Amino acid sequence: MNVKFINPFLEGTTNVLKTMAFVEPRAGKPYLKMDNLAKGDISGIIGLTGSATGSLALSFSEGAILKIVSNMLGENIKSLNSDIKDAVGEITNMISGVARKNLEAEGFYIQAAIPTVVSGKNHSISHVMGGPSLIIPFEIDEGTFVVDVCLSE
Amino acid sequence: MNEKNIKVLIVDDFATMRKVVRNLLKQVGYEDIVEAEDGVMALKALKSQKIDVIVSDWNMPNMTGLELLKAVRADEELAKTPFLMVTAEALQDNVVAAVKAGVNNYIVKPFTAEVLNDKIKKIMESINK
Repeated sequence: MNVKFINPFLEGTTNVLKTMAFVEPRAGKPYLKMDNLAKGDISGIIGLTGSATGSLALSFSEGAILKIVSNMLGENIKSLNSDIKDAVGEITNMISGVARKNLEAEGFYIQAAIPTVVSGKNHSISHVMGGPSLIIPFEIDEGTFVVDVCLSE
Repeated sequence: MNEKNIKVLIVDDFATMRKVVRNLLKQVGYEDIVEAEDGVMALKALKSQKIDVIVSDWNMPNMTGLELLKAVRADEELAKTPFLMVTAEALQDNVVAAVKAGVNNYIVKPFTAEVLNDKIKKIMESINK
């Protein structure tokens, strides 16, 4: 995994959540994940193709996503309902858009597919390319979430 | 023109995204907001009431934002309705196609309430000149 991939996704995630959900996520130290177990309760996954191919997943703990979507919608949401699922898809889409724009500066031109959303305790994330994925952990006061990206040049 | 007096039509197939845009508009003072879940419903809404500005997503099934824009511009009664296109990315080809079709402006996600308000105000100022 090319380390050039870290910053575009880190910056994209922070930018989208600050702008649309008014939260300031704190990023932790990136690491490699060897299994396909999701780190959160609900995940959005999007396929990426072009000068690098693979997939991006955003995996949120319940506490984190309830806060993020409540802020986005201006209403207090208390459970993982259909609004949350729609929003996870849209957040994944937006983060992929900003990250892909950032990756253009590194010389990577990448297109995205339509995101899918999976939820449930201990659900799995199957990346298109297989192999280890790069995890960028984030935290807000209400919970944690991760960017889980697996890209191959 | 005051935000309170501007009637906005939000067009997006995702109910959640319509809520997000509505929430942003409310934050900056817009009160008169209607929604449509696709281009066909948007055209119905435009025919049944006076809309001051359309804020439409680009990427929608059945009728895309670009197709809706073309349909609005081809309709004598609706042709002059201001149109703000919302896109997930500012792809040059898409922007050119939207400008050719007569879009007033476009906005790339993610965006703040202030940026959205600024885009709408600039459109309203330009058409009222």
